[in-house]
Amino acid sequence: MDPRPYLTVAVILFLLGAAGFLVRRNLLVLFLAVELMLNGAGLALITFARMHLSMDGEALFFIMLALAAAESAVGLAMVIAIYRNRHHLDADKLDDLKG
Amino acid sequence: MHDALFWFCASIAVGGALLAMLRREPLKCALSLIASFVALAGLYFLLKSPFPAVLQILLYAGAIMVLIVFVIMFLNDESGAPGKGDISRGGLVLAVLILVPLGWILIRAIWNADLPMMPAAPEDFGTVPAMGEKLFTTWLYPFEVLSLLLLAAMAGAVLLAKKRLD
Repeated sequence: MDPRPYLTVAVILFLLGAAGFLVRRNLLVLFLAVELMLNGAGLALITFARMHLSMDGEALFFIMLALAAAESAVGLAMVIAIYRNRHHLDADKLDDLKG
Repeated sequence: MHDALFWFCASIAVGGALLAMLRREPLKCALSLIASFVALAGLYFLLKSPFPAVLQILLYAGAIMVLIVFVIMFLNDESGAPGKGDISRGGLVLAVLILVPLGWILIRAIWNADLPMMPAAPEDFGTVPAMGEKLFTTWLYPFEVLSLLLLAAMAGAVLLAKKRLD
């Protein structure tokens, strides 16, 4: 079995997520883009674990999953707080820190 | 058989991700992304990792995405409605400038590297007992720190969503 197609899919998923994060403006879609990047990394971890027959990669995948859960809990709370105060979700309008 | 399943799952994973980044309404983006994540679980099964595959469906496509879909429907934001732009022009230029070379380098590196073929997996590879043993021996300390992280995230989320910022 060749690991390269799997790694290519992982790279494509990561790049799609990164592109979405840079291009889109809706905060919720930015959020989905981050999840997509994490999943690309997860696929690479599982592929390398399988390639080296080492379960460490799968343990790291488990950690990535818990990290994604923590990130989505805090991130969504921030999105809700921003929407309550600003009544929009446009990332380009949230430029208070620009000075 | 393996190749056919791989192309099936990989095309759904990439197609779903592409749709998720291209659709205008956040809800449709999230639903496309769920399809992509379920297909990714299929890829994990093909990589002989049943436990991560089940976690992917239960936790990612299940818990995390359902949380996001809840928030999308709860906020019911109109700013992404048809007719209004959701594209940042500066971001588009940056994405092309950074990601096209990055993708080219990464994909070339993968296909030129001398990667070993995947060996036949032992019977218990990626199963719950094997992963449990790994998590509670080698990865015990990170595992415990992880529970602390989840607790902190939970407390932070409650605090952030409750408070009115002035």
